[in-house]
Amino acid sequence: MDVGFVCSRVRKDEKLLLEELRGRGHTVHRIDPRRGNLALDTPHLDDLDGGGTLGTEGDGADIVSVEDLDVAVNRELSQSRGLYTTRYLESYGVTVVNSHDTSRVCMDKVETSLALEEAGVDTPETRVAYTEESALEAAEELGYPVVVKPVVGSWARLLGKLNDREAAEAVFEHKKVLGSYEHSVFYLQEYVDHGGRDQRVMVADEEVVAAMERSTSDGWITNASEGAETTDVDLDTDTEAAAVEAAEAVGGGVVGVDVMHTPDGEPLVHEVNHTLEFKALTEASGVDVAAEFTDHLEEQAQT
Amino acid sequence: MSTAECPVCDAEVEPAWEVERGEIIDCGDCGAELEVMDADPLDLEEAPELEEDWGE
Repeated sequence: MDVGFVCSRVRKDEKLLLEELRGRGHTVHRIDPRRGNLALDTPHLDDLDGGGTLGTEGDGADIVSVEDLDVAVNRELSQSRGLYTTRYLESYGVTVVNSHDTSRVCMDKVETSLALEEAGVDTPETRVAYTEESALEAAEELGYPVVVKPVVGSWARLLGKLNDREAAEAVFEHKKVLGSYEHSVFYLQEYVDHGGRDQRVMVADEEVVAAMERSTSDGWITNASEGAETTDVDLDTDTEAAAVEAAEAVGGGVVGVDVMHTPDGEPLVHEVNHTLEFKALTEASGVDVAAEFTDHLEEQAQT
Repeated sequence: MSTAECPVCDAEVEPAWEVERGEIIDCGDCGAELEVMDADPLDLEEAPELEEDWGE
């Protein structure tokens, strides 16, 4: 099959996926969204593997027609670039993993929270406020400590655990004064005592593919990018069901669902990632995630 | 595997493995993070700084 591979930076995750795709004999057309532009009816993007341009048939000798793509996969590091490129490719008639709908919901924490709530998936109590004063009111209503997150962001960047009103006042003022307009959308969540651990669950086609536990003895942030330890884990049935329901709630595809547990053991979904990094997941779970991912792409190409 | 000049310190950089466009390698002399713009011949640029919307 012909695969459009949307990515600018090639990390270990992308290398594993590229190796698997090429190893199975698929033709990969690497598309770096920074190299070219997108018209309403056709792309003008460099095909980094083929040496030509991804465009529309008949536009020139070195054109790889976008219509020849059987499927595309979004592995773009910049979520904005990935989101818009996905939307354009879908408009040209290309199936993209993950879809624009799934990407849009996962990229924005407000959208994710609402999608989870609408689907009946348990998630931490969440408030959004638009001014420092109303954010403080929301924090008081949730009760300290309270967690503040940017609506768009990843790798635990700019997460804050606010232990009291003084900390909240300082952080909200900094966000208002120093941040972009999006930082004036104050996204607050109850702090859940998760015991310094959560579980990352990869779901594809509404099935759990791989899972790992992330734990830290230093603070409350469990992201692997922040140095959390990652180990294999057997999911209990409630956690597995929550992950699958969360994946479905955001629109399906191949996603990484983050699940933490209350002190009573109840699973709470706190994030869903649409361009999940799987290097650590591969090592911790022993599952060949790149192979599973490629299986999904092959299935999508046939539909 | 070809070599290229580090755009930051002008040292000669030779990747230790078969690289492809978009990979990040470090300059052994100055430690700068460099993005592979082309693999053959090797072309390197200073890698962009972390941006707010990067992630998974």
